[in-house]
Amino acid sequence: MRLWSAGNDDDARPAPGTPVFVARDLTKVYRMGEVEVHALRGMDLELFAGEFVVLLGPSGSGKSTLLNILGGLDVPSGGTVRYREHDLVGANERLLTKYRREHVGFVFQFYNLIPSLTARENIALVTEISRHPMAPEEALALVDLADRMDHFPSQLSGGQQQRVAIARAVAKRPDVLLCDEPTGALDITSGKVVLGVLARVNRELGTTTAVITHNAAIAAMADRVVTIADGRISKVLRNEHKASPEDLAW
Amino acid sequence: MSMLDRKLRRDLLRMKGQAAAIALVVACAVAAYVGSTTTYRALRSSNEEYYDRFAFADVFAELRRAPATLASRIAEIPGSGTVETRIVADGPMNIPDFAEPATAHLVSIPPGGPRLNRLVLLSGRMPEPGSDEALAGETLLKLHHLHLGDAVSVILEGARRTLRIVGTATSPEFIFEIRPGDLLPDDAHFAVFWAPEADLAAAMRMEGAFNNVVLRLAPGADRQNVLDNLDRLLEPYGCLGAYGRDRHVSHRFISDEIRQLQGVAVFMPAVFLGVAAFLLNVAFSRLVGTQREQIAAIKALGYGNAAVGLHFLQLAGVIVLLGTLVGTLAGAWFGSVMTKMYALFYHLPLFRYELDPSAVAAAVLLSLLTAFAGVAGAVRRAVRLPPAEAMRPPAPPRYRATLLERLGLGRLLGPVGRMILRSLGRRPVRALLTAVGVAAAMAILVLGAFLDDSISWMMDLQFRRAQLEDATVTFVEPRDPAVVVELRGLPGVSRVEPFRAVPVVLRAGHRTWRIGILGLPASPALHRISDRGGNLVDIPAAGLMLTDKLADLLHVHPGDDLGVDVLEGTRPRKTVRLAAVVRDLIGLSAYMELDALNRLAGHGPAVSGAFLSVDQASEKELHRRLKDAPMVAGVLLQRVAVASFEATNAQYLLFFTGILVLFAAVISVGVVYNSARVTLAERERELASLRVLGFTRGEVSAVLLGELAVLVVLALPLGCLFGVGFSALIARNLSSDLFRVPLVVENSTFAFAALVVLGASLLTALAVRRRIDRLDLVEVLKTKE
Ligand SMILES: Nc1ncnc2c1ncn2[C@@H]1O[C@H](COP(=O)(O)OP(=O)(O)O)[C@@H](O)[C@H]1O
Ligand SMILES: [Mg+2]
Repeated sequence: MRLWSAGNDDDARPAPGTPVFVARDLTKVYRMGEVEVHALRGMDLELFAGEFVVLLGPSGSGKSTLLNILGGLDVPSGGTVRYREHDLVGANERLLTKYRREHVGFVFQFYNLIPSLTARENIALVTEISRHPMAPEEALALVDLADRMDHFPSQLSGGQQQRVAIARAVAKRPDVLLCDEPTGALDITSGKVVLGVLARVNRELGTTTAVITHNAAIAAMADRVVTIADGRISKVLRNEHKASPEDLAW
Repeated sequence: MSMLDRKLRRDLLRMKGQAAAIALVVACAVAAYVGSTTTYRALRSSNEEYYDRFAFADVFAELRRAPATLASRIAEIPGSGTVETRIVADGPMNIPDFAEPATAHLVSIPPGGPRLNRLVLLSGRMPEPGSDEALAGETLLKLHHLHLGDAVSVILEGARRTLRIVGTATSPEFIFEIRPGDLLPDDAHFAVFWAPEADLAAAMRMEGAFNNVVLRLAPGADRQNVLDNLDRLLEPYGCLGAYGRDRHVSHRFISDEIRQLQGVAVFMPAVFLGVAAFLLNVAFSRLVGTQREQIAAIKALGYGNAAVGLHFLQLAGVIVLLGTLVGTLAGAWFGSVMTKMYALFYHLPLFRYELDPSAVAAAVLLSLLTAFAGVAGAVRRAVRLPPAEAMRPPAPPRYRATLLERLGLGRLLGPVGRMILRSLGRRPVRALLTAVGVAAAMAILVLGAFLDDSISWMMDLQFRRAQLEDATVTFVEPRDPAVVVELRGLPGVSRVEPFRAVPVVLRAGHRTWRIGILGLPASPALHRISDRGGNLVDIPAAGLMLTDKLADLLHVHPGDDLGVDVLEGTRPRKTVRLAAVVRDLIGLSAYMELDALNRLAGHGPAVSGAFLSVDQASEKELHRRLKDAPMVAGVLLQRVAVASFEATNAQYLLFFTGILVLFAAVISVGVVYNSARVTLAERERELASLRVLGFTRGEVSAVLLGELAVLVVLALPLGCLFGVGFSALIARNLSSDLFRVPLVVENSTFAFAALVVLGASLLTALAVRRRIDRLDLVEVLKTKE
């Protein structure tokens, strides 16, 4: 079953394997008064359509910074990034908002659900501003939470909240799914369920998925593992055999 | 409904306590604004319409006697429109079952009815000539329980006349029924009557003559020019100087009142809106703070900055509009009550209250502007919040040792004290503004009570400490000083202080002022003159003493010479040196030493009346005797006049004080509650952690409520200061030619204001305390981070 709507030709999904993100010599410097923090120190990276990438690295290595730039939440200090034909460096706030709205799905470490909206409403928050969304109920079914539709975030466990967040991210049928430590706040069991959902979305919807983690064990379920150290890419590894999330050794 | 709207609705429900507090403060602002603005407009437009429809004159002149033929020459003055000549007379009046002497002020009704200062017939019918019939003001009937058909007697030209009341009426000339020269309306002892011209002419021996002129100016006429011409024409006939509406006593009372209302309409809402803006600022800063991650996520999900900004503006807008709605309803009620009060007070026949849509629109606009000003900072922060924040946990709040602690005072405080101090030190501006908000509440109370304090002080100074006379007797004409002996012989009279009053026109360059110079002994024993500070002032042995207001009007200073045209007797024109200026509280007055004044006026020593000290037990008997004395034009009983003024005043003050207490309570509750809720929300985890560490509920409450207590206590002196400041502003606004409102605030007023504020704060603190007691430890500590 192909869930992707074929309606808009201009944004037609690229063939699997073509590069969707191309970053060259990416740098990011945070200035905190006198101190300059070099979060990214010249990074070259490609992400390919339909692949499941794990970005691995120790805390403070610049993973979130990279992901924020790819997702249009932040702009680099130097270098270039393109998402297909979109230049993410020169774009202004309005264009970045449009880019996020149309192409990107986010999953955050702390879920960031709106506490005053139910699971279904949190998803509707996104679907009501996207062009070809799936129904919130459908998205919830995808993460096996159809029965928790009308629960408020405070009535859900951490793992369930993260699944709602994933449903919220995928409900608009994004081209890319960017997840920053999606299991960082979860125990093993819920973490595996969440990863399973991400793998399923990647598999069934063909959404290009990038997952940040400092947990090396998760790397086994990726198509490719990009290791980041001190603002640079230190290693890229292609998995011949993807492990299923259930089999991960945590 | 969009999801953001749904979020808005639920956020609003969640913060309902705070929202209600803010909405209430806005409601107070709107109520004060709508109430006073609509009342002000109703009063002004009703007054104008009344003047217009009932042809209130523009120019007034009193004279001794002029032939009726002069009327056509008055009409020829360029710029004069309708002219009406009348007969006006004052006479001692005997009211059935009323022992005290009173004065009747009679105005003639020309055949066919007045064309100027037209009558509003309130009940009964117009009087028929030749049958002693007259119209009276309604107050007279009400106060003395008289009915149509009842009669009073009046002494005119030495003869007793009966006036049978066949109807009640009012006219734009007597919105305030006040004796010319008096400072306070004295409805019990002064009444206006309208009688047919022929009857009054006969009684006053004025057939074919008149002694009073009113006229309306032609459109575009130069009023001063008409006044000058009229003065020239009427001077030979004993005119004391024509004057315009600006010196018409009833008109001045009314226009002062209108001006004051306008001041209130601006001042009170400004205070409330300021407080509302502050509350919104605090509440929304906090809201944006707690929703930091939500805002970032919403942006990350593809909502633009405008959508986020609008979302918060809408939330503020909803709160404020709720307040505006309540405030408009309250304001309409308040306005209609005030209008009714004014209508009663002024006997205005045309009083229509309208909830003016433009006033409501202005209120809505003003409160929305205030709201947006209040939340602008918070909304800007929400709009500017980088969406990448959504990925990051919030940084822990930064605390540091406060200045007090660095000075070594920290050691004196326990950990709870230090937490309070640091929490205050972390947000000094908010702490200060909270104190300022509470202080504003207190200031409003001080302001409300200040009026009472000042008026009481003024009345007390003027009528109890300075002027010691119990009664004032005025003669029909100046008399030989020997009359003093006669007065001293009256029952109960222990002291008699004669005075002379000489009508004059004071001239200083092109400026003139018509006034009676009061001649008193150099050091009066009864009618003493006091300055604003309550110090008694001696009358200079030679020369003139003016009140500072009058000196200002004439632009003269001590040492200057003034021209004095005496308007009685041989009417000499003289020059007098201004010897002193007294800074007093009430009215415009001119004083001279009795003998000096007699020399100025010409024809030998004479007295116009006397101030009496009367034994209260003999008052009744004295009244009876004076009532029957034909030489007596009028008797003013100080005590009675003051008491009736104070009674009326007390009634209004009670109403306004009640409203102000309500306002102040709303502000203090609003500020304290808001502050408590915000602090509680910010420090829920901290407080819960303390509980887990073994602190008792009381100790934990102390951390939060202690902070509030510090702020409220800080607010008390600040509130006194603001209160005095507000009062000074209002005192300036209320001061007129008739009164200078002194800035007097009694200690009891400060105490009362402090008590109300403390009470409201305490009740609020108790409500918050219940919330702290119910803190769900597990739930609070479970929330992320
Ligand atoms: N907003 C910021 N201001 C200053 N420094 C930052 C900011 N965001 C990240 N950093 C710094 O940049 C570096 C990389 O951070 P980040 O990308 O969050 O790392 P990671 O996600 O791999 O843990 C760290 O040293 C971090 O302290
Ligand atoms: Mg990170």
